[in-house]
Amino acid sequence: MSLRIVVCVKYVPDATGDRHFADDLTLDRDDVDGLLSELDEYAVEQALQIADEADDAEITVLTVGPEDAKDALRKALSMGADKAVHVEDDDLHGTDVIGTSLVLAKAVEKTGYDLVICGMASTDGTMGVLPALLAERLGVPQVTLLSEVAVQDGTVKGRRDGDAASEQLEASLPAVVSVTDQSGEARYPSFKGIMAAKKKPVESLDLEDLEIEADEVGLGGSWTAVDSAAERPARTAGTIVKDEGEGGKQLAEFLAGQKFI
Amino acid sequence: MAEVLVYVDHVDGAVRKPTLELLTLARRIGEPVAVALGNGAGDTAAALAEHGAVKVLTADAPEFADYLVVPKVDALQAAYDAVSPAAVLLPSSAEAKEIAARLALRIGSGIITDAVDLEAGAEGPVATQSAFAASYTTKSRVSKGTPVITVKPNSAAVEAAPAAGAVEALTVSFSEHATGTKVLSRTPRESTGRPELTEAAIVVSGGRGVNGAENFAIIEALADSLGAAVGASRAAVDAGWYPHTNQVGQTGKSVSPQLYIASGISGAIQHRAGMQTSKTIVAINKDAEAPIFDLVDYGVVGDLFQVVPQLTDEIKARKG
Repeated sequence: MSLRIVVCVKYVPDATGDRHFADDLTLDRDDVDGLLSELDEYAVEQALQIADEADDAEITVLTVGPEDAKDALRKALSMGADKAVHVEDDDLHGTDVIGTSLVLAKAVEKTGYDLVICGMASTDGTMGVLPALLAERLGVPQVTLLSEVAVQDGTVKGRRDGDAASEQLEASLPAVVSVTDQSGEARYPSFKGIMAAKKKPVESLDLEDLEIEADEVGLGGSWTAVDSAAERPARTAGTIVKDEGEGGKQLAEFLAGQKFI
Repeated sequence: MAEVLVYVDHVDGAVRKPTLELLTLARRIGEPVAVALGNGAGDTAAALAEHGAVKVLTADAPEFADYLVVPKVDALQAAYDAVSPAAVLLPSSAEAKEIAARLALRIGSGIITDAVDLEAGAEGPVATQSAFAASYTTKSRVSKGTPVITVKPNSAAVEAAPAAGAVEALTVSFSEHATGTKVLSRTPRESTGRPELTEAAIVVSGGRGVNGAENFAIIEALADSLGAAVGASRAAVDAGWYPHTNQVGQTGKSVSPQLYIASGISGAIQHRAGMQTSKTIVAINKDAEAPIFDLVDYGVVGDLFQVVPQLTDEIKARKG
């Protein structure tokens, strides 16, 4: 039987752009370009490698987001994923991580899965908890923050490098996996891949399709509230000296003045 | 006074510093009740009592070490049910964030991660966070259920505040999912003898300009002269010059030390995301146009192979 892989990806504002909050304190998507989160490219890459090793596999790439989020799906399809699911609904605006995990869990279940693969965190929210939430909701093992991952005979194995120790993990499928940026460089889409992606199916789902009530998601359904967002004041200009042979000593003098020595 | 659950990060009974910082923040909201799990859980009590824990709930079972995350969620949920706290606080380690998220979902509560400050508020604890590579500061609340909040290291001072710290055994019944992910083996990291990167008061980092794994010796020598931790930029880590565990930046650690010294690091947004909130920032870079100089309190434009060893020697001389 075919190995059904679902890769969850996020369409994020470009981190090198000028990211802002909108008036309702959600992400301002108007003034900054969006793209497939760099950290999710690693998830797509590992899905492609796992699919290569399997006798028969199908990769579905899944996102929740506005119309433009299709760009993230196209990128993943051009890398080699087989099909895409886009959950889009006006009522989703302002959904927090708990709500997003609900939507993704329902969409993953509707799609059908043996293995869900996520990136380690998004590059905008940076929480890093969505894979754990997804595993909790789906009631399947979480095998997260892997630097190495392999699937064989209905079992997923991987290495999780923590601060204190490196762990070898194992779980039976179905399971939720997340991979780090140490898992292996993501491939660039080939020209052929980009052309092929245009013909690959992208299914659109809304909240009704997933049997989710509007008040379970969105800003109103959020279980957290942002009360204020203030731009961090620019750091005051420091002293810059050119090393004329005494730069190290001058720096030591500064550090001593600040009581670090 | 309301009780606040504090999840204890410890290594065989030795409490890690971020947990003691959590106790400082917990006391702003209520009476800290600590939850310590796994091998050595009971040995944490003295340090926790010294820093304000009125109670220490402990549990040990093979499941905590043999399976990933879920057994600890089950135990923390048991503590939550027993205490009915006003909030649950955890350190922002990778594992504790996952525990926090699953607990929050189970108990129907919102979750805030990576707070850098916490205050009592009229509608519950108010968490300060840094957003968009620390270019914004936000204030947030959990608006549903019991707030579950993870807090980054170096967000509060460790304060002595002696309390009873009465040890109570926590009864945990593991859920059917507790044994889902087996830990086949665990290889502890070799200790470098240097402070933990995220907890260190001073961090000395090297980047592309260090130009080779062997050259990191001069970064380490500077770090050791200051009793500092060693960090590395993504460029240096991707080049294989220094371990990923030491990476500072968006996909590595984010640090907020008293002093951050960046050597041969240009200061791309990816790196700034991980160090921008440091109190004092110093940089050494041969490129006067490097964006890192926009952040510094003191910068030296020069060759790090000249400046860093001279700085190290001068520090050693001054320290005698």
